[in-house]
Amino acid sequence: MSSIKDYIIIGVSVLFIIGIKFLSSPKTARKGNLIAAAGMIIALLALHKSPTEGGEYVWSQGWTFNYTLIVIGTLIGAVIGAIGAYSVKMTAMPQMVAMFNGAGGGAAALVASLEFMRGATNQDKITSFIAGSMLFAVLIGSLSFSGSIIAYFKLEGKFEKPITFPGQNILNGLILLVILGLCGWLTFQFTNGNATLLFTAVFVLALIFGVAMVMPIGGADMPVVISLLNSFTGLAVAADGFAIHNLAMVVAGTLVGSSGTLLTLLMCKAMNRPVTNVLFGAFGSGGGGAAGATGDMAGKTVKPIQADEVAVLLAYAQQVVIVPGYGLAVAQAQHAVRELSDELGKRGVEVRFAIHPVAGRMPGHMNVLLAEANVPYDQLSEMEAINPTMERVDVCLVIGANDVVNPAARENKSSPIYGMPIIEADHAKTVIVMKRSMAAGFAGIENDLFYKDNTRMLFGDAKNSLNALVAQVKAS
Amino acid sequence: MDTNELFIFILAVFVGFEVISKVPSMLHTPLMSGTNAIHGIILFGGILVLAGAVTPLQIGLGFVAVVFGSANVFGGFMVTDRMLQMFKKKK
Repeated sequence: MSSIKDYIIIGVSVLFIIGIKFLSSPKTARKGNLIAAAGMIIALLALHKSPTEGGEYVWSQGWTFNYTLIVIGTLIGAVIGAIGAYSVKMTAMPQMVAMFNGAGGGAAALVASLEFMRGATNQDKITSFIAGSMLFAVLIGSLSFSGSIIAYFKLEGKFEKPITFPGQNILNGLILLVILGLCGWLTFQFTNGNATLLFTAVFVLALIFGVAMVMPIGGADMPVVISLLNSFTGLAVAADGFAIHNLAMVVAGTLVGSSGTLLTLLMCKAMNRPVTNVLFGAFGSGGGGAAGATGDMAGKTVKPIQADEVAVLLAYAQQVVIVPGYGLAVAQAQHAVRELSDELGKRGVEVRFAIHPVAGRMPGHMNVLLAEANVPYDQLSEMEAINPTMERVDVCLVIGANDVVNPAARENKSSPIYGMPIIEADHAKTVIVMKRSMAAGFAGIENDLFYKDNTRMLFGDAKNSLNALVAQVKAS
Repeated sequence: MDTNELFIFILAVFVGFEVISKVPSMLHTPLMSGTNAIHGIILFGGILVLAGAVTPLQIGLGFVAVVFGSANVFGGFMVTDRMLQMFKKKK
């Protein structure tokens, strides 16, 4: 531990840790991201200047064709990344994260493969530990790559419904067993003549396994899947770091792997479901409970309301809570809702936004969407803070949210979402539900809230309804 | 096997758990996106293997790895920053 390279790695690691730490508080989050980015730039610029252990990659052999390709490749990737990052709509953010994660996973798998190919022709440089690291990286990396692509399509609304068939878990288990068997054998037989061929087999099977693993999971659970795949890619990168003796990659990859695992568990906790249930439970296909709930609804009617009446209710209320859901984002109504909240604020109405931990398509997604519309983040309240005060709230305005305010989570034991913490909108004096139609939510479950005595339904496009409300409140 | 690397790996596991243990759910998406960018350090691995690639197959695969890694790292940090610049307090 004495070369300049080592000191740089220590510094870069510290920047990554501080970056992630800062990312976990709203005041410092942006700075945190920039600190981590600075660490990355230092790592990329400084590290390749020095030879790695054993002097395998000395940078100073003179310029070669490969170096030109490195520059071109990096530029192409940077342009693709920048276009993706700045053109994506905020509502499509989870898909974008999935794609970037898939790219990282693919890169990790390719790096491991190339190292393995080199090792096969240069056998004295490789040990079982290194072979194992490469196999781990190629397995997890390619799984993360194909899984992320499936997650992307699911979030785009393509084959959103879980695809299941009998014996699926057994078949997936068998594929995994074959992969693990091949990995176990190759870890010790990496000098075998067929090693490269079998390594390719691991690569391909892991790609297939990634598809097979994500396919049966419903679209609503994709955020958890992406978070999990994100931590997987981190671990694959760390394994690559072991394989090519690069400590910066070991540290960065491991930090992502462990923090991503914890984040995945936190998300599952917010939905009150064990992670195993998300991955193997095929949530949306559990039709029994949902069908039962639908039956209960027969004969009940909803009470519609007009925008002008809602405007009066809002304008003369003291406390208003707005519960935004993904429907709000789909209707691009974030700006309209902010206008309504400003207008009510001017009249002295106390307006708060109640954000469910899994509102939107990803935990925290709704915060991003509202922040985009300049809703100050101190006006956003978390579910735990809002619920105890709900009984004093005059009007609770539910906009395009459904499952997160469904009292079935509290009352109906047969409901698939039973036990999930909800925003207790039904405890407010009046509940106004803004909805396009009576369709069920993302989880495909009927909502008892719509039929309660204190609930009124305002049908129509959320953006149009909100604009009408703003105009009416201004006039009254 | 290098035990130093393993030692650092173990410590990093615990640090990773520790640093985000108190994150509020409103930051889950940016945090996921930010850590996603950090594993983009794989670009560095891609650069190393492409630098040492010999056969056309190796060069081709290495090139893809560099493009992927670069998209991951640049796109990841940019998209996270775009999300976070929207988190503002009331003026």
